[in-house]
Amino acid sequence: MGITRDEVAHLARLSRMSVTDDELDALAPQLEAILSAVARVAEVAAADIPPTSHAVPLTNVMRPDVARPSLPVAEALAGAPATEDGRFRVPRILDPDE
Amino acid sequence: MSTAAPASALPSYADALARYEPVIGLETHVELGTVSKMFCGCPTAFGAEPNTQVCPVCLGLPGALPVVNEAAVRFAVMIGLALHCDIASWCRFARKNYFYPDMPKNFQISQFDEPLCTDGWLDVEVDGEVHRVGITRVHMEEDTGKSLHVGGATGRIHGATHSLVDYNRAGIPLVEIVTEPDVRSPEVARAYVDELRELIRTLDVSDVRMEQGSLRCDANVSLRRRPAPGEPDAPFGTRSETKNLNSLRSVERAVRYEISRQAGRLDDGERIRQETRHFDEAAGRTSPGRSKEEATDYRYFPEPDLTPLALPVQYVDELRAGLPELPAARRARLIAEHGYTVRDLTDLRNAGVLDLVEQTVAAGATPVAARKWWLNELARRAADAGSQPNDLAISPADIARITVLVASGELTDALARKVIDGVLAGEGTPDEVIAGRGLAVVADDGALTAAVDAAIATAPDIAEKVRGGKVNAVGPLVGAVMKAMKGQADAASVRGLLLERLGAS
Repeated sequence: MGITRDEVAHLARLSRMSVTDDELDALAPQLEAILSAVARVAEVAAADIPPTSHAVPLTNVMRPDVARPSLPVAEALAGAPATEDGRFRVPRILDPDE
Repeated sequence: MSTAAPASALPSYADALARYEPVIGLETHVELGTVSKMFCGCPTAFGAEPNTQVCPVCLGLPGALPVVNEAAVRFAVMIGLALHCDIASWCRFARKNYFYPDMPKNFQISQFDEPLCTDGWLDVEVDGEVHRVGITRVHMEEDTGKSLHVGGATGRIHGATHSLVDYNRAGIPLVEIVTEPDVRSPEVARAYVDELRELIRTLDVSDVRMEQGSLRCDANVSLRRRPAPGEPDAPFGTRSETKNLNSLRSVERAVRYEISRQAGRLDDGERIRQETRHFDEAAGRTSPGRSKEEATDYRYFPEPDLTPLALPVQYVDELRAGLPELPAARRARLIAEHGYTVRDLTDLRNAGVLDLVEQTVAAGATPVAARKWWLNELARRAADAGSQPNDLAISPADIARITVLVASGELTDALARKVIDGVLAGEGTPDEVIAGRGLAVVADDGALTAAVDAAIATAPDIAEKVRGGKVNAVGPLVGAVMKAMKGQADAASVRGLLLERLGAS
């Protein structure tokens, strides 16, 4: 099927990863190899076999609508790189020139 | 139009409408009124301190696994059924992948190509005309967190130095209700949201408070040139999507503004950009929202951590059978049974007294009297007290009793108000208040006649004027009698009695 350099760059952008030109050159063939390996599944999957999304044949697993205690705020925020006023502090969302 | 108007001067709304036909579709998000979140047991109360209603699941911590809330599914099916949708016999949740701090998982669990409910409709009435709005789909998803943008002007994301996120709302169950592009005017758009809100309120599956964001609406608007007679419809134009309209009025105003704005651009020969826009309530204008350089690519895929939903037919049928009377059916019934007009019903609903009026009629009041007392006296008292008519300490049965006493002449309207005072002050039932305050109209002609004679005797000069034909001079005498009777007489009867006595009737 052929994964192009541009497609890898697009994926990297969607995943918020910065990838150098050299890495793009290296990654494209690697991804290509992985995808063709997985694509072999298509050789045995006939048209009447739907793609598998779930490995176990379960449906309708639900819980009753009952509230349970949440985490204490300090614990909820404990893993955050930065906090302010009981909230998660995140970097500027939009670039200044956007 | 050959002369292009300057871009700053929008054509008037009427002018825009004369030349272009608006095509409007609406996407409405409704927070479901469950006790716990969609995929975890965190509570959903509005207004809690930031990040006090979060856990590993809704914070997206590694290893945490979601489990679907049964009530959220049930509520979503009820909404679908009330909108005449087909309920999927099998469907899955999907991951919508995007990087934005309002979702800590970096994806939102939603539904994509397998929505729970499809192909429904809702009838909307505007000025006596019924518009059927097609419902494309109703799907389930989770709400996002709330961001506070710091360092920019008036909390806007533009110019902010950083943002603060509260994940209490993240994971609250939502349904998104998407219409066909069937709506052709801002008035119908507003009426649709109003009717949808009423429907969901009737189902009791959400508190639908637009001002708190538990019901919010996005409006997709495009224009196409009106065809000349005999010409086929033009294809749809490019649409804009105005996000997060949080009042009925905003829905109507934003759509109206977009119609003028787009007409202005089209007149100038410019194309409409497909973009999300933000409505500024104060200015009454829309402006471009967050810009997205690349086309949105959410890379949806089936959510592996949740099992598919395969709701049994019997389950759906039971929910269908258990639906309450829906607003349209109720309106038809109230019009047929009680003789109300559509306008009456709108007034009663807007005043928040429709249920109360219906209960008052059921308790024995006439529809006219029930409407009159709740819509005027009681709605005003609730407003004065800064509360809702529902919260008044007087029951529909009390009001029914009072209206019966007024109808039989035992109370005047003025006395009835005093009875209401007493009931609201906790003095008991209307009958107890009447007994306690001595409020019944005195029907005993002896006491009344004595008071009339006394009043005439005390003011012979006035009596003489009235006898001489100056009928309007009788006022002070009426006042004197009413005072003597401590208000427990009917002023009109007193007047009649005085005039009769003075030979001036």
